[in-house]
Amino acid sequence: MLIANDITVQLGHRTILSNVNFNAQPGTVTAIVGPNGSGKTTLLRALSGDVDYSGQVLLNGCDTRQLKSWELAAERAVLPQASTLAFPFTVIEVVRIGLQSGTSGETDSVAMQALNLVGLPHYANRFFQELSGGEQQRVQLARVLAQVWDPVLDGTPRWLLLDEPVASLDIGHQLQIMDIARNFAHAGGGVITVMHDLNLTALYADSVAVLAHGSVLAHDSPMQVMTDAILSKAYECSVKVNTPPPSGFTYLLPHSAGLATVSQDSL
Amino acid sequence: MVSLSDVPLTKDRFQTARAAHLWLVLLLVSVSVTSLAVGASGTSLWGAFAKILSGQSLSQMEKVVLWDIRAPRLLLGISVGAALAVAGAVMQGLFRNPLADPGLVGVSAGAGLGAISAIVLGSTLPIGIVALAGNALIPVAAFFGGWLSTIVLYRVATRGGRTSVATMLLAGIALGALAGALSGILVYIADDRQLRDLTFWGLGSLAGATWGKVAVAAPIILLSILGAFTLGRGLNGLALGEVTAHHIGIPVQRMKNLSILVVAAATGAAVAVSGGIGFIGIVVPHLLRLWTGPDHRTLLINAALLGASLLLLADVISRVIIAPAELPIGIVTAVLGAPVFLWILLRRRGMVDL
Repeated sequence: MLIANDITVQLGHRTILSNVNFNAQPGTVTAIVGPNGSGKTTLLRALSGDVDYSGQVLLNGCDTRQLKSWELAAERAVLPQASTLAFPFTVIEVVRIGLQSGTSGETDSVAMQALNLVGLPHYANRFFQELSGGEQQRVQLARVLAQVWDPVLDGTPRWLLLDEPVASLDIGHQLQIMDIARNFAHAGGGVITVMHDLNLTALYADSVAVLAHGSVLAHDSPMQVMTDAILSKAYECSVKVNTPPPSGFTYLLPHSAGLATVSQDSL
Repeated sequence: MVSLSDVPLTKDRFQTARAAHLWLVLLLVSVSVTSLAVGASGTSLWGAFAKILSGQSLSQMEKVVLWDIRAPRLLLGISVGAALAVAGAVMQGLFRNPLADPGLVGVSAGAGLGAISAIVLGSTLPIGIVALAGNALIPVAAFFGGWLSTIVLYRVATRGGRTSVATMLLAGIALGALAGALSGILVYIADDRQLRDLTFWGLGSLAGATWGKVAVAAPIILLSILGAFTLGRGLNGLALGEVTAHHIGIPVQRMKNLSILVVAAATGAAVAVSGGIGFIGIVVPHLLRLWTGPDHRTLLINAALLGASLLLLADVISRVIIAPAELPIGIVTAVLGAPVFLWILLRRRGMVDL
């Protein structure tokens, strides 16, 4: 269980998050959605301990501010939105950097298995900096996966905190990465992911938190949260959510303002 | 998807780096023997060995040359070379930039200012202090100069417990300029004899090696190098950025503090006893990254070994090239190191992370 109580984050005089309460269950994929500047990434950074905040974050029952960085690292891994790398490390070396020891046979196989999972085992000995942006993103995901390879360790769930993990990927790899996240969750781990794409969110999330102007507008199952009213209010535009009967999958299509008005009138 | 059997498994660089430990130890041993055997006086190391083995006693000349001149010089060369190379590697890891160096952030300049102050102003100090410090006056002043500049730098660049590398680099440039200007004033007021000392010291040399200097510098350098060896995994993590380093469990702030301490101590001690010997801190880690990759766990150990070997080699060259006179070693390292540095720049010109 990951619980955030009364989180307020201020940068200078600007309040980015105000009194946010948030929680996520292991075994589920929890998505954080909302318009640009609503505080999604800041919330994730508070959860991972990267920004100063008032309030409290409890990770598996422990206040994260009381945990040492290596204790935190054993329970949660974080995939940032953008990543950099100094020095010419190879792909497999990047994946190994996150491991407690990079040389033993076992950790080697974890690193290789993680690369396999993201579909890049043949890039193991290539230089990271020579890869395309999307490939680098997948290598970073492999690094994050290797860090918390077992979704549950000694009965304690481990957590993946992902900030727009599929932002720079094509549709095939978007699905591949979201499948990996879902498998991690369904094996007992916890996944919290900031999402930009509402359709992917509807497809993969077990629980959705909608942020707007630094507050949580709604947090519930996708069916409850992803409605015309809530999304239109959050994104400040008219949004039409469709749920076709046979599959039951929710999907959204972009509407121009004119089209949206017409379709609402005709209902 | 490509199957695992198609993976072109190149040589594992970690194995290469492990093997490099052995090669570099062999190199250091052979350069050390050369350093003991070669010199202006023509005293033969082998002759002395033969005498010892056959039970003969050494001549006074042999004792002085081998034990009082060459042996401390050897140990000082090993200490200073290892210190400069390790300080460079740590600084580059800390700044995530292969061109960072203690010289860049004003640590060397601060240490230099300390030493110059001692040379020029030492005579104005109360007799008691001068007598107390003795030969250690210049080393101690240089050490405190380097240390002080690091502390100031750290205070300026650290806000809310986090160090901004960009601010630290810029502050380092300002500090270096300030130390340079103050040194310039001191040079201006120095008399002729002091100027000769300054010139000699400024170019860097191991010529003044004594057991006293070894006793001052070697323990500090040994401690800082051992401290640096604990930083390997942390510096690897830092290559991914400070935030990610925190994510993978690196105590980032503590690690940065230790890095700064290690760099200040190693650089201060090295500059104190040998002056401004350049390029070892940049060239050695660079060559090693090309050979064995950037993994700091092996890089730091190899840097100590190769740094010591290269400095000893430069020292041997400086002693024999215009014998019986000798060239300041800083000239040799600059002549050998600067082209390597330029070559590195040319090779990396097209790369984004320069």
